[in-house]
Amino acid sequence: MADTAEPVAVALDDATVAFRVAGNRVYTAVERASLSVAHGEFVAIVGPTGCGKSTLLNVAAGLLKPAAGSVKIFGQPLTGLNRDAGYLFQADALFPWKTAIDNVAIGLDIKGAPREQALQRAQGWLTSVGLGAFANRYPHMLSGGQRKRVGLAQVLIRDPKILLMDEPFGPLDAQTRQIMGNLLLELWNADRKAVLFVTHDLEEAIALADRVVIMSAGPSARIIGDWRVPLPRPRDISEVRMEKQFHELHREIWSVLKDEVMKGYAQSTLSAEVG
Amino acid sequence: MSRLTLLFWQLMVAVVALSLWHILTTVPLFGRILLPPFFFSNPVDVASQIVKWFSSGVIWKHLMITLWESVLAFVIGSVGGVLVGFWFARQPRVAAVFDPYVKMVNALPRVVLAPIFTLWLGLGIWSKVALGVTLVFFIVFFNVYQGVKEVSQTVLDNGRMLGMSERQLTRHVYWPSALSWMFSSLHTAVGFAVVGAVVGEYLGSAAGLGYLIQQAEGVFDVAAVFAGMFVLSAFVILIDMVVTLVERRLLVWRPVAAEGRG
Repeated sequence: MADTAEPVAVALDDATVAFRVAGNRVYTAVERASLSVAHGEFVAIVGPTGCGKSTLLNVAAGLLKPAAGSVKIFGQPLTGLNRDAGYLFQADALFPWKTAIDNVAIGLDIKGAPREQALQRAQGWLTSVGLGAFANRYPHMLSGGQRKRVGLAQVLIRDPKILLMDEPFGPLDAQTRQIMGNLLLELWNADRKAVLFVTHDLEEAIALADRVVIMSAGPSARIIGDWRVPLPRPRDISEVRMEKQFHELHREIWSVLKDEVMKGYAQSTLSAEVG
Repeated sequence: MSRLTLLFWQLMVAVVALSLWHILTTVPLFGRILLPPFFFSNPVDVASQIVKWFSSGVIWKHLMITLWESVLAFVIGSVGGVLVGFWFARQPRVAAVFDPYVKMVNALPRVVLAPIFTLWLGLGIWSKVALGVTLVFFIVFFNVYQGVKEVSQTVLDNGRMLGMSERQLTRHVYWPSALSWMFSSLHTAVGFAVVGAVVGEYLGSAAGLGYLIQQAEGVFDVAAVFAGMFVLSAFVILIDMVVTLVERRLLVWRPVAAEGRG
């Protein structure tokens, strides 16, 4: 970014993440990753399976502490959990004992908002994710896509300045993913939060993001590429894929990503044989 | 199988079993009665004994005593199990210190405690309640402990990212999870509460269904022993139906397929 006046929402500087594994060995998941997400910018991280994309996201969320390097949120060093961030998890993270509307309202409830008002706003958010009629359903009565919508509303009702998303649409079928992608873009367009979106699907990344960041295969994964996506907004996920620019960019990024995917694949089969 | 045919066959099982029992104890086959009535009584005598109990009203006092003991044992045992289970699960150090003792007490056949409880608490209801509590407590305790330990990490992280404090996590995440596990053990716990009450009564008491059965056995009144058993089974089935109703109301959020847990 040339414009230095704009505040940087998330700034990872040389962040290294390591885990202690069996036998007191140290496994370095991510090595010296530097990444910045400007205010209002939509950044997608793409990398082969097991490269530490989610690890990087957890660092930005404050759920993990980097072994070295720094994390800054709006210029302030991050200590503890990132209170400015909303996190949409890959796995089901709704509270199964709460109805859809209570799941959405919980973010306001725990802040001490009046119940009436919390429910009213939760109903509003459920309507904006297209689930206005499903307020009293429990999560197990909803489909996978509907649960993701509730999850999105649950995160957005708190109006976080930063949105962290960990392969949120991973478990969904192809059509639902496109619909969810468009819904996400539509909601994001309303107030343009900073978004850090992790996926293994390069097409999804290009279609959604302003910038695509590529990670190498793990262990010791690094950031090996950073592309701007010049496609105009607002976009329609299914239509943007037909454009020439999309294909050119896809070919360019894929030429770099392909080698890493093959490396990642070789590593995962190798470690499966060893372990 | 439709509901009606199912009901028909279920009734048939009872009819065949009762008929067999009746024939073998009253009609001589091959020149002799195969099941001596002194040891096996017969369905008619048993039924008339039950009718006599209910028409004279003696049974109500015993039923109420057993019910009261079971309810007390269940409530005290459950509350204790939930609190201790919760505490242990949230304080792994405490759990580690007490672990061998919990295992030791749980391994002990609870019946051997009955004489101690009778000595300490007398022949009244409290010695039976205590016996029931020792049974119910461990069932609930282990379930709640497991429930708190196995809260999904993602759900916890989600709660944290949504801004929950530790106290709010306890209230909105740990507690509902623990309670859902407790309810999945509800049928077993209620069953054990009744077992504790009846066994306690059987071993020494002045009232209750266990007392009734024990008294009948003492005078070789086999019809009354069987009658007591039938009343007891009906009693347990009724309680179990109430539990099912309560469970349906409280666990609406749970998918039906997951009900077998615990």
